[in-house]
Amino acid sequence: MTRKAALTRARFEDRLFAVLRWFVIAFLAVITVVPFYYMLLLSLKPIDALLLDPGSLWVSAKDFTLSTYRDVLRSTDDGGQGFLKFLLNSALVALGTVALTLLAAVPGAYAVSRLKFFGHRQVNALFLAVYMFPATLLAVPLFVVFAKLGLSSSLVGLAIVYVAQTVPVSIYMLRNYLVTIPYSIEEAAAIDGASRLQTVRKVILPLALPSLMATGLYIFMIAWNEFLFALLFLAAEPDKWTVPLGLAQLSNGIEVSKTVLMAGSVVLTIPVVLLFFAAERLLTEGLTSGADKS
Amino acid sequence: MTTAPAGAPQRRDISPGPADRPAPPGRRPMTASRRANRAGLAFVSPTFIVVLVVVILPILWTVLLAFQNAKLVDIQGMGLFGNWSLDNFAQVFDSAGFWSSLTTTLVYTAGATLGSVVLGLVAALALRKPFRGRGLLRAAMLLPYVAPVVAVAFVWEVALSPQYGVVNDWGRRLFGWDDPVAFLSTREYEVHLLGLHFDIPLALLTVIAFECWRYFPFAFLFILARLQAVPDGLEEAALVDGATITQRFRHILLPQLMPVIALLCVLRFILTFNKFDDVYLLTGGGAGTDVAAVRVYDFLTARYDVGAAAAQALVLAVSLMILLGLYFKFFGNKVQEES
Repeated sequence: MTRKAALTRARFEDRLFAVLRWFVIAFLAVITVVPFYYMLLLSLKPIDALLLDPGSLWVSAKDFTLSTYRDVLRSTDDGGQGFLKFLLNSALVALGTVALTLLAAVPGAYAVSRLKFFGHRQVNALFLAVYMFPATLLAVPLFVVFAKLGLSSSLVGLAIVYVAQTVPVSIYMLRNYLVTIPYSIEEAAAIDGASRLQTVRKVILPLALPSLMATGLYIFMIAWNEFLFALLFLAAEPDKWTVPLGLAQLSNGIEVSKTVLMAGSVVLTIPVVLLFFAAERLLTEGLTSGADKS
Repeated sequence: MTTAPAGAPQRRDISPGPADRPAPPGRRPMTASRRANRAGLAFVSPTFIVVLVVVILPILWTVLLAFQNAKLVDIQGMGLFGNWSLDNFAQVFDSAGFWSSLTTTLVYTAGATLGSVVLGLVAALALRKPFRGRGLLRAAMLLPYVAPVVAVAFVWEVALSPQYGVVNDWGRRLFGWDDPVAFLSTREYEVHLLGLHFDIPLALLTVIAFECWRYFPFAFLFILARLQAVPDGLEEAALVDGATITQRFRHILLPQLMPVIALLCVLRFILTFNKFDDVYLLTGGGAGTDVAAVRVYDFLTARYDVGAAAAQALVLAVSLMILLGLYFKFFGNKVQEES
């Protein structure tokens, strides 16, 4: 009797969760995909079409337009919103951040993973602790210092702040990969007479390339998406705006139509999303090709 | 640290190889370890300098500024020390809405942390077994997390707009809403349910929903990685013993997942507590969503009151430390036992 009851309970739960599972999967698919579909959709229609029928989930052939993109990208002199300039600014800051961060993080990660130096145990914890500090705590003094130094409206200043924000996590990520590279490879290089710096440059770096790329892309995404410091430093100078800042500033007003700004959002989102999917594949490919086959 | 995906191969303390081993008394091994020490310090120094100059010194200066009477205009002539006062703190604590803002921050943080972790857990359980299109869905689910916050906040803003938003339009069509609901600018929304009337803080709930939506992929990734590392044998044994799905989850999976869930909660709590962008972009801190981070920004840019902004930021950081201290005091041991 009890055994039968237990069986039916098990069977009931199996059925229930088999159904619930598909319900959850459908729900997740909807909440993650629909907002992005909505973004793309709105960027392809004129504002009148949106106001006329706010609930429509597709764009008719008659309404379909790419003029929103032309509007948003064109420079302000030509009556556009100047997003091309913002894209350039964002790319400069993000790429600069990636280069500088990797320059500091690669030797740092190597040292943390390989070398016994004074304080090598504490250094990683220290860097991670830095990451936990609220950005608002930094915002006040950096705002003041950069205003004093005249860096407050420069892209260089912004990149420096981003480097400080990303370098701890980068070291952490790289270190996790470096410790998996067998020490024997380095010994072989040392026996062949390579110096420490040569070993890092010629042996470790090529081996760590997948991890370097992944870390670089991660840094790029953070720098590309960042908003608070861009707002604090650059708000007063529309020439220097990054894409997130430009989009946020313009969306506060009512002059620019929402569908044009939606095109701006698409322009802002696409590079990050493309890079992200590229990185995902790259990372798995890189990890499967081992260096030490023994 | 346990933050690495569980699948990643890890070796904690790399054995430093013969060259760097603290050697028996002799001449040359000694120099080798000193060389390693010197190289190590040299290699970390760029990072250390950047972090020192852009993070540590500014934080220390924030602490000083919080106890000084400093406006942005007169900070030029001011020395590093001097003008000591506690006015900033008096101003911060006395100013209208300080305590309510702290409560708002807490509700917002707790709600967003719990919501995103629970949703991440549910998602990880649903996507645990393979099915057609799982890889695609898993990739799509990371979209909210990787997409720029400014872009997704703008999409939410438009979608929830009372005038041209898709949500209100469908609400009217499907649920027969009489008036459009201004999700992001309604402090209190009256709800009639089963003859009961009560107010819900609509804007705050919307912002929390946004946070859950944006950060559940983060929790999902961590929990899924841990879930796939749970040995099959455990569950099979329970299955043979006749445990149902809920029993297997409660008694087999959940204990296995608990350490990573606890870690995620702490991590998300810290990050959400300090969060500025999301609330600022969605509501600008209005309609009952004035979290503390947005207040810091307001002190700084609306009034150029550097001292008050620093004091507010410091109060925020200290409250976070107190909360974390309490957490580790009461739950720290338990978490350690379980992991």
